[in-house]
Amino acid sequence: MTDPMPNIEGLVCPVPLLHNRQVVLGHGSGGRMSYELISKLFLPPLDNPILRAGDDAGVVSLPSGDDPHALRLAVSTDSHVVMPLFFPGGDIGRLAVCGTVNDVAMMGAEPMYLTAGFVLEEGLDFDLLGRVIASMQSAAHEAQVKVIAGDTKVVQRGKADGLYINTTGIGIIPKMVNIRGSNAQPGDVVLLSGTIGDHGIAVLAARGELYFDAQISSDVAPLNSLVSAMLHVSDNIHVLRDPTRGGLATTLNEIAIQSNVGIQIHEDSIPVKPAVSAACEMLGFDPLYVANEGKLIAIVGKDHADELLAVMHSHPLGIDASIIGTVTDEPGQHVTLRTTLGTTRLVDMLSGEMLPRIC
Amino acid sequence: MKYIAEYRDSTRVHTVMDEIARIVHRPWVIMEICGGQTHSIMRYGLDQLLPTGIELVHGPGCPVCVTSLEMIDKALAIAAQPGVIFTSYGDMLRVPGSDRDLFSMRASGADVRVVYSSLDALKIAQENPDKQVVFFAIGFETTAPANAMSVFQAKKLGLKNYSLLVSHVRVPPAMHVILGSASNRVRGFLAAGHVCAVMGYWEYAPIAQKYKVPIVVTGFEPVDIAQGILYTVKQLEKGRYDVENAYARVVSFEGNQPAQKLISQVFEECDQTWRGIGNIPASGWKLNSDYKDFDASERFQVQAIKPKESPLCIAGQILQGLKKPYNCPAFGSQCTPEHPLGATMVSSEGACAAYYRYGRPQ
Repeated sequence: MTDPMPNIEGLVCPVPLLHNRQVVLGHGSGGRMSYELISKLFLPPLDNPILRAGDDAGVVSLPSGDDPHALRLAVSTDSHVVMPLFFPGGDIGRLAVCGTVNDVAMMGAEPMYLTAGFVLEEGLDFDLLGRVIASMQSAAHEAQVKVIAGDTKVVQRGKADGLYINTTGIGIIPKMVNIRGSNAQPGDVVLLSGTIGDHGIAVLAARGELYFDAQISSDVAPLNSLVSAMLHVSDNIHVLRDPTRGGLATTLNEIAIQSNVGIQIHEDSIPVKPAVSAACEMLGFDPLYVANEGKLIAIVGKDHADELLAVMHSHPLGIDASIIGTVTDEPGQHVTLRTTLGTTRLVDMLSGEMLPRIC
Repeated sequence: MKYIAEYRDSTRVHTVMDEIARIVHRPWVIMEICGGQTHSIMRYGLDQLLPTGIELVHGPGCPVCVTSLEMIDKALAIAAQPGVIFTSYGDMLRVPGSDRDLFSMRASGADVRVVYSSLDALKIAQENPDKQVVFFAIGFETTAPANAMSVFQAKKLGLKNYSLLVSHVRVPPAMHVILGSASNRVRGFLAAGHVCAVMGYWEYAPIAQKYKVPIVVTGFEPVDIAQGILYTVKQLEKGRYDVENAYARVVSFEGNQPAQKLISQVFEECDQTWRGIGNIPASGWKLNSDYKDFDASERFQVQAIKPKESPLCIAGQILQGLKKPYNCPAFGSQCTPEHPLGATMVSSEGACAAYYRYGRPQ
């Protein structure tokens, strides 16, 4: 073989390809592409201080008498497009209630009321729809919220995946509670309420994409009673966030950006179910990026961490809770992971769509 | 997770790393061939545990990264045709062709589906007899047996609506290219365990002897990689250049012979263009004359488009171990996983993507 690389300096890679002309699925992944879509397309024209805060719910103050902030409300909305509609541990109805209840609860608010908008596909089975609504009723009862308004629209067959549900939630933020994504401070402790990745893997398994029986149920659950128990013992909770799409890694990155801090987490302290871990190994996924629907991250003052952990452990949704890391003053808003080997690596946001590796 | 945890055990990794530090006396550049190994190294921070002087450089073993632009353009052209279901491993959807990627094709209405294996694509073909189902058969020796099996079965079943767009590459010719280059710095190789599980390691002895480099078959877990490095450094320090197997729980000398037989029944050697490297003689596989009816590039008569490349990207040099991602002026600024300038940033196994995801703040 002659010198095999005569033209090497001239061979390079393709021009950049920006997904900035049309929506691709990656824009809905909850990762950096979603973040860019919101910050570049939605935020500029709709901008206001409440939206700009970038939290799970918008916080509005209503005046009463002389007090302009007499009543503070957390308002959040979420559309649910899960496929399949029923999966181990839940269904689209339960998800639609819990997802919005949790977003409201993550502001420290007590969720009170929900509205529900349904997009129904022509041909949808009444029995199936009835089961979804019954499941919503059961989840609403569990979360102690009422559905107070609703809407239905029907689209032609083939124009929707059976059923989409949008829910909007309203909750009251108790006086003295101030929980925001921007409140994390260096020295704070990061708590996680339980195992990660259960929902994402359960849905993948229900789609038949795993080709083995995963035995994993979604963790979808309303977190407001856990939040309420935590608020009962501590006034030093700075941030609450439920790591849904994009997973723990993406949510921690969002908090690091909002609070302008670094976050270091410890790999061996993050609980992952063996079945989730095994499924992720097979598919080439990292559990840090897999969705959860019944877990919360709490960033709290160091002195309150142990007491809060004890409260979480005594709640059914926090049995596997764990202290997973600390907030640092490291500049650059990086999330880093201390590996089981004692090395350190960066943990970035989910980029676009989560894709299985080739080999 | 039994059988994996023991290969991630911190004590075992540190014991091997301590042994490397004890025996090493000179600086060495070692290349891990496989993108999967690059990712393990960055994910576990194994480079941080190595003594100074041992430098790991990252090889061309990412099938997504090295698939030529011409092939991607062919894939896009086929996916655009009506009545086609284009199936691919997920990673390939993000790789930009000359002007678009498969994600944009899907967003524009093309039927592009992610599958985990060519056999899933074959199933889609059986279920959709009125559609043409094409599978993008990329990869090294690792994916070749399953891809070969899919056309072998398609022929047996008499399926007329299934075809492969083949862009297979082989490791040994790429090693010749790297070692034969005047600017080569690599003194030892970690051979890719999964490739060797299929092919064995009988092909590597002539390479080790010709270029006087040790080649150690290495797995993917932290303990495996540490052991692969230890074996390599031991040889380098003693002036030996043999082929050794540090992944014996998976790899045998002969490899998987039924798989090799199937590959030789379906494929034949061909010249192949590697993105970022160029044409390497006899470095690929294409369908042989018995199976040429299943060749999608003939069935759909796709014409290659002259590619437009970014002048900033140094992926070619990274894939040969000449440069590191941090040496690239575009790394992390103009070039990120969301806006990749090059294939090494696109694939989850690409070296730039690994540095971007796991690398410590610089």
